[in-house]
Amino acid sequence: MSKKSFRQAINEALRLEMRRDPRVILMGEDVAGGRGGTSGVTDAWGGVLGVTKGLQTEFGEDRVFDTPISEASYIGAAAGAAATGLRPVAELMFVDFVGCCLDQIMNQAAKFRYMFGGKARTPLVIRAMYGAGFNAAAQHSQALYPLFTHIPGLKVVIPSSPYEAKGLLIEAIRDDDPVIFLENKVMYDDEEDVPDGSYTIPFGEANLTREGDDVTIVAFGRMVNFANEAADRLEKSGISCTVIDPRTTSPLDTGTILDCVADTGRLVIVDESSPRCNLATDVAALVAEEAFDALKAPIRRVVPPHTPVPFSSTLEALYMPNADKIEAAVKSVMSYRMKEEV
Amino acid sequence: MSGAITPVTMPKFGLAMTEGKLADWLIQVGETVSAGQELADIETSKITNGYESPVSGVLRRQVVAAGETLPVGALLGVVADASVADDAIDAFIAEFQANNASADTEASAADAEPSTVSVDGLDIRVKDVGAAEGSQLPVLLIHGFGGDLTSWMLNQSALSHDRRVIAFDLPGHGESSKSAGEGKPSSFAGTVAKLLETLDADKVHVIGHSLGGAISLELARLAPEKVASLSLIAPAGLGPDVNMTFINGFISEDRRKTLEPILQLLVHDKSLISRRMIENIIRFKRLDGATGALRTIADACFPDGKQADNLRATLENYPGPVQVIWGENDEILSSAPAQSLPDKVAVSVLSETGHMPQMEKVSDVNKAISAFLEKND
Repeated sequence: MSKKSFRQAINEALRLEMRRDPRVILMGEDVAGGRGGTSGVTDAWGGVLGVTKGLQTEFGEDRVFDTPISEASYIGAAAGAAATGLRPVAELMFVDFVGCCLDQIMNQAAKFRYMFGGKARTPLVIRAMYGAGFNAAAQHSQALYPLFTHIPGLKVVIPSSPYEAKGLLIEAIRDDDPVIFLENKVMYDDEEDVPDGSYTIPFGEANLTREGDDVTIVAFGRMVNFANEAADRLEKSGISCTVIDPRTTSPLDTGTILDCVADTGRLVIVDESSPRCNLATDVAALVAEEAFDALKAPIRRVVPPHTPVPFSSTLEALYMPNADKIEAAVKSVMSYRMKEEV
Repeated sequence: MSGAITPVTMPKFGLAMTEGKLADWLIQVGETVSAGQELADIETSKITNGYESPVSGVLRRQVVAAGETLPVGALLGVVADASVADDAIDAFIAEFQANNASADTEASAADAEPSTVSVDGLDIRVKDVGAAEGSQLPVLLIHGFGGDLTSWMLNQSALSHDRRVIAFDLPGHGESSKSAGEGKPSSFAGTVAKLLETLDADKVHVIGHSLGGAISLELARLAPEKVASLSLIAPAGLGPDVNMTFINGFISEDRRKTLEPILQLLVHDKSLISRRMIENIIRFKRLDGATGALRTIADACFPDGKQADNLRATLENYPGPVQVIWGENDEILSSAPAQSLPDKVAVSVLSETGHMPQMEKVSDVNKAISAFLEKND
């Protein structure tokens, strides 16, 4: 056990699974770097943020390879490779690029099991970076997990820490269905203790990072850190919060969310994706339908405005949910009073 | 410019950059560099970039070696004219570093970190602390089913002020290899005997808890010359009963809510089972092979819900000193066998104590063990 960054945890998960199972391959734009160039240097880059660095050196060009800049072709190839016996991990770089290959994901990989009468397996993992806060502008900053969550047949994973990332990625690689694995690009240097060996964290089991009596906060990915920060501050002012990290948006651990809301009676949802039809609306609908009687206050969502992610760092900071906004939302649901019945 | 000394510091390549790694020096000490020429490669979380020298001059010092990661603004090297005296360079560096002395102090207080040794092809994690010199014999701590070396976190350092104290993770446990072999106390004892050889510990006082107590007894049978004394805490092997609700629940329950009541069986004061402790056990059980190893051990040690091994004869035959410590309210292994042990065994049954006396009655247990060890060195 030692401290590892989010980046190292993901690299180690890939490395351990590639050692364990020769069917695991890595493909994507610049996952190694140097292919087709004249420098003779291989494994130069290891992905745009260095996550897959060193893997081509250990496993060779047959198992770790750079693809042309054509998402439609290599995501399609990965889906086909999965359907025919390999366990590909394809890197989409920025999740914003999914527009170029959505058919391969939505109409092909996600549908194989269903349309082949349950007989097809598609053990495909698509890794991609998501999220704002990196000054990467509107085409490289989106949090598109609601898009994937919307599509039946996909599993969608959003790890919130290095420990979570390693265990969830190993689970994703061993899963027989297509899994979208989304990494928040601002978190790559976050560090915590991560075991050296292999371990798996099951899908569809939420993690409670804080347990309290007054308010339930559901947060996704990087937002879990903000929710924890807000919960720790609120604890000092006498408000105790439960923080739920669902880990996977599909499958979603609805049981844990409903249980916690039944205990606290108040719900705040933190989601950095665009506010219409996002996970916050999804969880709000779930609780409004299934736990209406438990609610002591309206559900509050902490979400960005319905705009593209701004490039200006000042505007980007205003756009993002943060601990202050979560704290304010929790205080507002705590101070809510039902109107007297007349 | 001939007298000027220019610091070369970690650059900030992008808004998000807070630190960078000096990947490689491209100019060696003593070589001349012109302004704009690349001095070094700097690696960040986003890119690797050449760092251009801000001035012309001679690279007089490389303060940082290739491969080191430093915060933005940290001193990497110094460029100056060849005519500047070495003393002036040294003074400049000293002053720069003094002004930038930041949070460099945290690395010093490193506790004894566990290390990994290889025994019989298995990786065994060992935490080896305390003085090796002196006439006091070392202590070996053997944890129980589902535990690891941190089971002794409240005891190991307390016992180590005047002697070497070794804790380790049994095979299948903690961060050791997740292969439990046959999963019997005797097979574990064989591995422990080899571990002692690997660690150059010829003769030790053995302290075993629960299943570790049964392993201690088997070690005393297999390698009596290595065992100076036995301290058995709520040991397995002395009676038939075992709480299979605990054993099976420990193996199968993987969520905090359902595991918590299982772990509470371990202690009399239920509040001792913390969130953190439950989380650590869940994390252990997620490791590849962990629950399989636990199942192997449970099947080997407790077939049909009873303890397979009766080690009472082993206890009677062991010629060295033995003490037994048991919690009166043990819900895993009843303390009943403590009532009928041979006269030579020093027995203490602690009131309001469950299956983890070394955790629930820390000072009582540490005192009893220290006194026993001193008497039997």
